[in-house]
Amino acid sequence: MSFEPKIVGFLCNWCSYRGADLAGTARMKCAPNVRIIRVMCSGRVEPAFIVKAFQLGADGVLVLGCHPGDCHYAEGNYKTIRRMSLLQKMLPQLGIETDRVRLDWVSASEGDRFVSIVDDMTEKVRALGPFTKNSDEEKHG
Amino acid sequence: MEEVKIGIYVCHCGLNIADIVDVEEVTKYATTLPAVVVSRNYKFMCSDPGQNMIKEDIKELGLNRVVVASCSPLMHEPTFRRTIQEAGVNPYLFEMANIREHCSWITEDHKAATEKAKALVSAAVRRVYYHQPLEIKEVPVNPNTLIIGGGIAGIQAALEIADSEHKVYLVERDPSIGGHMIQFDKTFPTLDCSACILTPKMTSVGMHPYIELMTYSEVEEISGFVGSFKARIRKKARYVDEDKCNGCGVCVTKCPWKANSEFDLGLSERKAIYTPFAQAVPNIPVIDTEHCAYFLKEKCRACEKFCELGAIDFEQVDQIVEVEVGNIIVTTGYDSFDPTPITQYGYGKFDNVYTGLEFERICNAVGPTSGKIVLKDGSEPKSVAILHCVGSRDENYHEYCSRVCCMYALKYSHLIKERTDAEVYQMYIDMRCFGKGYEEFYKRLSEEGVNFIRGKVAEVTDRAINEDEQGKLIVCGEDTLLCKTIRVPVDMVILATALEPRSDAAEVAKLLTITQSADGFFLERHPKLDPVATMTDGVFIAGCCQGPKDIPDAVAQASAAATRVLALISKGRVELEAATAVIDEEKCSGCRICNLLCPYSAISFIEDEKVSRINEALCKGCGTCVAACPSAAITHRQFTMEEITAEIEGVLV
Repeated sequence: MSFEPKIVGFLCNWCSYRGADLAGTARMKCAPNVRIIRVMCSGRVEPAFIVKAFQLGADGVLVLGCHPGDCHYAEGNYKTIRRMSLLQKMLPQLGIETDRVRLDWVSASEGDRFVSIVDDMTEKVRALGPFTKNSDEEKHG
Repeated sequence: MEEVKIGIYVCHCGLNIADIVDVEEVTKYATTLPAVVVSRNYKFMCSDPGQNMIKEDIKELGLNRVVVASCSPLMHEPTFRRTIQEAGVNPYLFEMANIREHCSWITEDHKAATEKAKALVSAAVRRVYYHQPLEIKEVPVNPNTLIIGGGIAGIQAALEIADSEHKVYLVERDPSIGGHMIQFDKTFPTLDCSACILTPKMTSVGMHPYIELMTYSEVEEISGFVGSFKARIRKKARYVDEDKCNGCGVCVTKCPWKANSEFDLGLSERKAIYTPFAQAVPNIPVIDTEHCAYFLKEKCRACEKFCELGAIDFEQVDQIVEVEVGNIIVTTGYDSFDPTPITQYGYGKFDNVYTGLEFERICNAVGPTSGKIVLKDGSEPKSVAILHCVGSRDENYHEYCSRVCCMYALKYSHLIKERTDAEVYQMYIDMRCFGKGYEEFYKRLSEEGVNFIRGKVAEVTDRAINEDEQGKLIVCGEDTLLCKTIRVPVDMVILATALEPRSDAAEVAKLLTITQSADGFFLERHPKLDPVATMTDGVFIAGCCQGPKDIPDAVAQASAAATRVLALISKGRVELEAATAVIDEEKCSGCRICNLLCPYSAISFIEDEKVSRINEALCKGCGTCVAACPSAAITHRQFTMEEITAEIEGVLV
C-alpha cells in the first residue's frame, strides 16, 4: 500500500475554512489527507502547534489564512507571515524538512485554489515520505 | 469538576454523508473514545427528531458535552448550540466534526473518507472534553444606519428604514443621488419611464425627516463593530452654501465655462458650476474646480455676482463629519465596462459605435439628442446592430454573464423600431430572458421584426468590399445557426457592455472588512441562504455591488438588507463574541507585546499594576495576542492550548 501522508491543516474561520467548505459544496475532488482544525484567525496559530503536530505523528502541516490585506481581523495574517518565516528557519534544526510546512492564502470564494494547494501539498509530502521522529533522533543524536 | 459525559451523533445527511462514509463504523468507533457515554447515528441530525434525540439523551444520561458529526459548523453550529441550550447545557459545551464538506463531498474513496471521518470525530471528542461554559454578554444596538451609495438600492433601503422612523445617513459621492437608474430612459420589460418611477423616491429621500442625505461625500474610515460603528465622512466642498441655495439655477445659466458632462458620458457639455441633471436631489449645484475660471485663473466669479442669495462660497473647504451607527448597508453599484481594449469592435475609432450606457443617454428625452436616435452627423440611422456579451462571458475580460444585457438590448431594439425606420440586428450568443415577463418581451420583439443572429461578432470594420457596404460599418461574424460567415452593413453599432465591479471596490472592501468574490463583486455570507449579509456582522450588501442584477432584484435585495437592519434595531441588542481572550494577571510580565499586536486596540497596560488587561467588549477573539504572549498568560476561550492540542492529537489517530 502506498504511503498516505497525514497532514494537519490550520484554517482561519473567515476565509480559508469557507474556501474549504466551498470546495466540498461544489463537489470538487481533492486528496483527503488534510485534516482541518479551525482557528478564528491564522494569527492564532502558534509555532508550538506545528511542532506539536509533528511530535504527535503528522507528516506535514498546512496553515491557510485570508489573503494579505484581506484579514477579517485587519492584520492577523501579517503576524502569521512573520511567525511562520521564523519557524521556517528553525525547522531544519528540529529535523523537519521545510517543505513539510506550508503557509498559503485561500479566500472564501477560492474552493479551486484550496483544492490545488491541498493536492500539491499532499504530493510533496508523499514524495518526502513519512516523518519519523526516531530517524530524526538518530540523525541528530 | 463534574465527570465529563460526552454524547456523539453521526449524521447521514440523507446520502450526502452516508453514501461515502461508513456511518455505522464511525458510530462504533466513537464509543472507544474517552468519556463517550453514547454514540448514535441518524438520517438528519438537524431535523426535529434528530435534535430531540440529543435533548433526550441529555436528560436521561446526564450528558454535559455534545459532538455532532455532520456538515460544516458554519451551517449548523448555531442550530445545535441552541438544541443543547434548550436542554439546559451551556451552548459552548458543543463541538462539530465536519464530515460532509471536508470529507464525504471531496472524495469518492469510501475507506479514506471513513478513516478521515473517524479522525475528525476523535478530534472533536478530545477537544470538547476541555470545553468550558462561556457567558454570553449583550450590548445595545445604535438605531442609526449608514447607507453607502445613493442608487436605486441605497434609496430603497434608506426609505424602508427611515419610514419606520429610524435615522439613516445616506452617503453618495456624486452631487446627486439616483445612480445608474436615473441615467436610463425606459426600463425593461414594462417600458415604463425610469425617471418617472425613480424621481418620486429621490424626492422622498431628500425631504424625509429621518434621512440625513450627504451627497458629494465619501466615507473615509469605519471603526467599531455591529451595534456601534463609527464612520468618518468627508463632505467635499461644493463651493455652494447648501443652506442658502434654493436651486434656482441662475448661477448655472450665467456660468460661461464648460466641461464634458459626466452624466451624459461626455456626449454633451455642462457648465463649470452644475447639477448633473435637472431633477437632481439635492437640487444644489457644485463647482468643478478643474474647469472653473476662478479656481484656474482667479477671475470671473459670474455665479457669485448673479446669486441673489449669496450662496456661492469660494472659501468653502472639505468638512469631516463623524457619525455613530449600529448597522451599515453597502450599495455602491457597478461600473460600466469600457470596451476600448476590444479594438476589433472599433469603439473610440468609429463615430457611431456606442456603449450600452451611452445609447441609454441618446434615447433619453433629456439626453444629448433630446431622445432622437440619430448618428453623429444628425441623420437617422437606417440600420443598427446590437452586439451582445461585450466584456461578459469572455475569458479575456469577465467570465460571468452580466445578466441585464440581453434584456436592455431587447429594450433598445424596441425603442429604435418605435422612433426610427431602421432595421435592427441582434448579434447574440444565447438569449437569456430570465425574469418575470422577460421571455414574453423577447417574443414580442421577435414579432416586431427584429433580426436575431446567433454568433459572436468577430469585427466591426469600415473596409467595404462592395457598393452596399460603402460608408457603412460592417459587422463581420458567423451566423452559427446557418453555419456561414456574414457581413452586415449598418449605420450604428451598440455594444451591450458588461457590468463590472467598481474600480475602487477593493478599497471599499478593505474599509468595511468585507470580502470580494473572484469576479471582484462583494461576497455575500452565503450564496443561497444569506445573500445580503457579509462576513462582518452588521454590514450588509445590496444591488449591483454584490453582482450584476436588474432593478427588481436590486430593489428586492435592498429591502432585504433593510429588513435585516430593522430586525437588529428592533431587537435592540447584539451578543458579544464569547470566545474572547483573557489575561491571567498573575502570569503577565507586563511586557506589552500584546498591546501593539491587537488590531482592535482592545488591550491596555494598567500602569499601577504593571499588567495588561483586555477590554472584552472590544475583543473580537482572533487570538493573535494569545499566540504571541511569551509568558503564555493569555487564554483564548474556546481555542485554548489544551483544546487545540487535544484536537491535533485527535486528528492524528
